Amino acid sequence: MKRQVPLALVFIFGIFMIIQYFIPHEKSEWVYEFFLDWIYIIGIFALALGIWSLIRVSYDKIKYRRPNWQYAAITLLGLFFMILFGFDYGRHIFSAEGLRNYMFVSFFDYILIPIQATMFSLLAFFIASAAYRAFRARSALATLLLLAALIIMLRFNPYFGAVTPYIEKTAGWLLNVPNLAAKRAIIIGVGLGIVATSLKVILGIERAYLGKD
Amino acid sequence: MKLTFLIACCVLFLGFPVAGFAQDTPEEAQPADSITTPIPAPPGNVTAWDTENDHGHSVSLSWEPSPDDGTGLGNVIGYIVFRSDSPDGPFVDRGVQPAGASGHTDVGSKEEASQDYMADYVDYYYKVRAITADSLVFAESVMVGPVQSYGQWFNTGRIPVLVFVLCFMAITIFFIQKAKSGANLFVRRLAGIEAVDEAIGRATEMGKPILYVLGLGTAADIATIASYTILGRVAKKIAEYQTGLIVPCYDPITMTVAQETVKTAYMDAGRPDAYNEDMVYFVTQSQFAYVAAVNGTMLRERPATNIYMGKFYAESLILAETGALAGSIQIAGTDEIAQIPFFVVACDYTLIGEELYAASAYLGREPLLLGSLKAQDYAKAAVIILAILGVIAMNVGLDGFKDLFYISN
Amino acid sequence: MNIFDRMMSFDRRWVFLFLALVCVITYVAKFSVPIVTTYEVESIYNRVESLNEGDILFLGIDYDPNALAELHPMAYAIAEHAFRKKLKVLFVTLSQNGPGMADQAIRDLTDSLRQDRTYNGVFYPGREIVNGEDYVFLGYKPYPGLVILGMGQNFRIPFPTDYYGTPLDSIPMMKGVLNYDQVKCVIDLAAGNVADMWIVYGAGRYNVPLALGMTGVMGADYYPFLNSGQVFGLMGGLLGAAQYEQLADNPGPAKDGMRIQLYAHITIILFILMGNIGFLVTRRKNGV
Repeated sequence: MKRQVPLALVFIFGIFMIIQYFIPHEKSEWVYEFFLDWIYIIGIFALALGIWSLIRVSYDKIKYRRPNWQYAAITLLGLFFMILFGFDYGRHIFSAEGLRNYMFVSFFDYILIPIQATMFSLLAFFIASAAYRAFRARSALATLLLLAALIIMLRFNPYFGAVTPYIEKTAGWLLNVPNLAAKRAIIIGVGLGIVATSLKVILGIERAYLGKD
Repeated sequence: MKLTFLIACCVLFLGFPVAGFAQDTPEEAQPADSITTPIPAPPGNVTAWDTENDHGHSVSLSWEPSPDDGTGLGNVIGYIVFRSDSPDGPFVDRGVQPAGASGHTDVGSKEEASQDYMADYVDYYYKVRAITADSLVFAESVMVGPVQSYGQWFNTGRIPVLVFVLCFMAITIFFIQKAKSGANLFVRRLAGIEAVDEAIGRATEMGKPILYVLGLGTAADIATIASYTILGRVAKKIAEYQTGLIVPCYDPITMTVAQETVKTAYMDAGRPDAYNEDMVYFVTQSQFAYVAAVNGTMLRERPATNIYMGKFYAESLILAETGALAGSIQIAGTDEIAQIPFFVVACDYTLIGEELYAASAYLGREPLLLGSLKAQDYAKAAVIILAILGVIAMNVGLDGFKDLFYISN
Repeated sequence: MNIFDRMMSFDRRWVFLFLALVCVITYVAKFSVPIVTTYEVESIYNRVESLNEGDILFLGIDYDPNALAELHPMAYAIAEHAFRKKLKVLFVTLSQNGPGMADQAIRDLTDSLRQDRTYNGVFYPGREIVNGEDYVFLGYKPYPGLVILGMGQNFRIPFPTDYYGTPLDSIPMMKGVLNYDQVKCVIDLAAGNVADMWIVYGAGRYNVPLALGMTGVMGADYYPFLNSGQVFGLMGGLLGAAQYEQLADNPGPAKDGMRIQLYAHITIILFILMGNIGFLVTRRKNGV
């Protein structure tokens, strides 16, 4: 039963959604919109499960003083403070309420934004070190890759004078012909893979997500 | 004198009925200042029909442009479509088309409370008016109707998709049956997957855990579903070798499924006691906060092997480079094309695109999974052949070939 | 270890340090670099420029603070262009931290639009933009694919109220605005898979005229959709934002950032060349 019911549900709703794609009628649309609403509801419950998992894992780390338990403490503090100020309706702690709460907005503007922007900016440095390590003319293909990378990077460089239009045209050709051809090939392969895997899931062939009886 | 009077009477007595008759035809206003703007010819052959392949509440129209649109008088600047639910009016403006246009779709709302509501199964009447720069000078077509709008029960514009899905299902079932009957279906070597065993062995020797990252997709993403299967196999091997496993999750639903998958793997390996629910945990649904957490885990726990399988975005290089810094063997697989180059550069083995989906069949060698993998390959071959045929057809002028694959909304 | 061996095997920390120095120096030294505009950004600018007063522009703020440097200047440049032309802007965010980004952008734009400005020779007097009349911010809902599909039916399905809790039916700007049919174009600024969902569900299912603003890394990925006509314009990264600022004659953070990016690129190229020189010389010496 524990496996049959989810498999049956996946099959029924999977086949329904396939059929619904071909039925434009209003009545079919109504059922589709009804399912969309339910997916939101299920998603919110899953979020609650996730938050509970995070709280439990962090609490255990703090309680048993596992290595680096201090990070878990900061995680929980951040979680609770944001919830506290975000749910401030009517109490006006530090003025305004809910998501316009001054503390909530300040945490967002002065802590979250700089931290996330910093993490993303790490990419610049990692790209530099990865490019330095990887773009070596080890073979003919590697040399081609190196040259293509150099041309693309120089594409909008305004300092090359008369050569700039030729670099731009070559870079444009590289992006729009071989790059596009390879990407389309991978997209088609991935698309077929998605269709195959979706069919496997709907037909119950792929059951890894179900667990054991 | 008498002749003059006679002519004046003729003009008076005959002119009025003529003028009156002119007024009875569809409105042709001619105030004094429009003497310089001649009246254009109306659009002809107006037809209206229910818009096809939709949910209703829509009528399509076509007409022959006015002879004075672009040629003749050349004073037509556009067309206005009018609709009424009665042949006597009142007619309301339902949209404007520029000069040269020969069609329009009148789309109404399906919400009864909306001002734009257009009911189905109600008679509608249409007129198309050719307009000029002088708003008082125009020419209207004859009225057409009644026409009713209604929803269709089958979208014929999507028949190519239906044909493809049915063919693909047929090929899949054929190859599954073939695999079940014991036929040996060849699958080429996937270096990334073969390296997993070696990587797990390395981790066991070093006494370090294995970090498995399911990616930033939701549980419904196909890449994540493929990743669950690989996680199951990896977890089973890890359970057998008694190595540690760390699975930080981005999505809560993914976490619950991953927990089930790992628990099942440990039970299959005969080590249910070794399973700890905290191996698989939720971190956050914020992209870079998740990456920061995983990076921190990598640098503190120093896993021997990092396995990245699923959907990754901009954080892929940060994860891979940090893993390289920590000295781990790294095996990655994603269908996100933009991230594949980063994994290729920074990881030891990479599964590209559909190789990730094939990994589940490759690992288990189950007939059902191998059969569907074969079907995928044959479908790809069919796409290649059709693409080549399409190129040839377009070059020899057989434009109809591409229309066979046209998918409308 | 000779010089060529060293050139080939620099510790990555030296690479980080050198790159950081270049970024700091070019940040401090304020000079401008020429920006060359391309057709994919020009088509977005021209589309917005061709809209009439009162037309609705849908602007998706679908990125987190981590993509701030690249996508925030795009949002500012496009929104200011739209507001100066007295278009109505519908802000939506399908990314978790997007509401904060959109809220910040709206607050900053409200201040900026009070100033008189001249762009491309046209004088725009300062004005006050009013929530509910000049713009509506619908807020955030999870599961972007579902939200995009829902908005195609009616904006009120995923968003019965706006971000501030006002029912959509009582907002003047939303009267008669049901779904994408009343929107002239959609410009989505995304740093993740939301752009894919706009292409599949928005443009694919509802035929919305769609343009994308992406981070530089992802931008290159979306040229197939530009070439096939599924999107009418594409802005990639800081360069795309700088190009829009150039076209709108509204220099901002993107143009400043291009200076730093340009020299960072040159630095990376120099390191690559250095590594290859070391590699080739060492290989020749070892007789390979």
